Amino acid sequence: MTFWLPVYTLWRRDLIRFWRERTRVAGFLGTPIIFWLIVGSGFGDMGFFYPGTLTLTVMFSAIFSMMSLIEDRREGFLLSMLVSPAPRSSMVLGKVLGSSTLAWLQTVVLLVFLPLAGFPITVPLLLQLAGVLFLIAFTFTSLGFLFAWKMDSTQGFHAIMNLVLFPLWMVSGSLFSMQQAHGWMQWLMRCNPLTYSVSAIRRLLDPSVADGSPALPTSLMVTAVCGIALWMASTAVARQKSST
Amino acid sequence: MIVEVENLSHQYGSRKALDGLSFAVPKGQIFGLLGPNGGGKSTLFRILATMMAPSEGKARIGGFDVVSQPQQVRRRIGVVFQTQSLDRKLTVDENLRSQGQLFGFSGADLSRRVEDALARLRLADRRSDIVDTLSGGLKRRVEIAKALLHEPEVLLMDEPSTGLDPGVRREVTQHIEDLRKTRGVTVLLTTHILDEAERCDRLLLIHQGRRVAEGSPAELKAKVGGDVVVMETSSSDGLAPQLRERFNVDAQVHDGHTRVEIADGHRFIATVVEAFPGAITSIALHKPTLEDVFLDETGEQLT
Repeated sequence: MTFWLPVYTLWRRDLIRFWRERTRVAGFLGTPIIFWLIVGSGFGDMGFFYPGTLTLTVMFSAIFSMMSLIEDRREGFLLSMLVSPAPRSSMVLGKVLGSSTLAWLQTVVLLVFLPLAGFPITVPLLLQLAGVLFLIAFTFTSLGFLFAWKMDSTQGFHAIMNLVLFPLWMVSGSLFSMQQAHGWMQWLMRCNPLTYSVSAIRRLLDPSVADGSPALPTSLMVTAVCGIALWMASTAVARQKSST
Repeated sequence: MIVEVENLSHQYGSRKALDGLSFAVPKGQIFGLLGPNGGGKSTLFRILATMMAPSEGKARIGGFDVVSQPQQVRRRIGVVFQTQSLDRKLTVDENLRSQGQLFGFSGADLSRRVEDALARLRLADRRSDIVDTLSGGLKRRVEIAKALLHEPEVLLMDEPSTGLDPGVRREVTQHIEDLRKTRGVTVLLTTHILDEAERCDRLLLIHQGRRVAEGSPAELKAKVGGDVVVMETSSSDGLAPQLRERFNVDAQVHDGHTRVEIADGHRFIATVVEAFPGAITSIALHKPTLEDVFLDETGEQLT
């Protein structure tokens, strides 16, 4: 059995579905942009809030895309995946890559606002940002898969979004820098994996930024390790034999 | 024997869904699992489809164990679920191609398989339709086409007729029959519909996870003695004690209907109506059905 063919199938399927339902998607992209325009203008610092806005967009769209797994389960499509001989690992990778691609596409659109945030649009910067955003998208969709696998309604998903991910995002250096924070908060921020996503983007935009956030190599490393660990955990969960 | 089930048991918490079930299906047979909803059929189906591990016992398809060799089993079975398993947002063609790719087919081989499946189920003119826009009968046809794409040796079907109108039901049955004839496919289906069960070569009656009876529909019905006479009476005990006493027959009352199995039922009707003037409000005779078999064996109704 080839490993990559099912990956490609499931990835392509998510893209086709996205394209056919594109009107459904536009709505929730508004939230991060409105947040950015209001908070950025209010504090008079569009640049500082830009990395957080990108992170929030990836997070929203990655989690939203992964809800398709719950739909797959409810609509029955998951059943036919489960009784096919395709390896579970390629099933998970296909699903995660599909959702990552969708989340990524919805976020790179926001790169048109680079000038408004005070950064130049250059090809190297765009490529680097696109790469990092894909890595972050992969991490979030793997996390989404882990949550979505056992769920049969999307409501629980919203709860996780509001009670876990959104608070984590608030203490990730999106709203205030590590330097500005109190000692205990700095520690909390350092333990928060999301901090490293935000700092990776911030450091790419401005390598010389001195706000106490983690260095670029560390940021990339932590994000990549989290992504791979979550993806492996998702594969392990999907391999479990059900007894109910 | 292409399907072998040995002493299969499954427990959900303290509830026994399957209790020491054993049976075997030879190649090319249409084998039906007949029983009421909640009787263990779906659990058995899920175990055979490699979706669930049983608490105890073994099941083999094509000689491969469904628990320890799921990959080999999955290549040999085509699964048609009771609920639909298609991607509703994709076209018929896209659904079939996705399925083929999950099985590792590509290029000309995949195209040939898709064309074959579309032609066999007469879906060629619907290939570009989004599944969501199809009728229930067409969707079921796509499901079957999808399950056959990898040319399985065994087709597992969970309640293939449930939720379909009689016309489509006949059509699905016809397709199953054709498959067996032209390709030698073995079909194992679950059902609680008598019509569907009648068309199986062999039936296993299941009740509360246990085997009740097994045989061809004709053999099973032959177990019921002669004719079945069912009557409604104005008497609260359904005349059962009087019938037992005067005619020495085994009269049973179910849901207010008195039921008697007897040879030469037409003679019995004449005598019994004479014997209890005015007490019988309606009386009918029928040849034994699988429903009667099930009632005899379990004391409970099938549907």
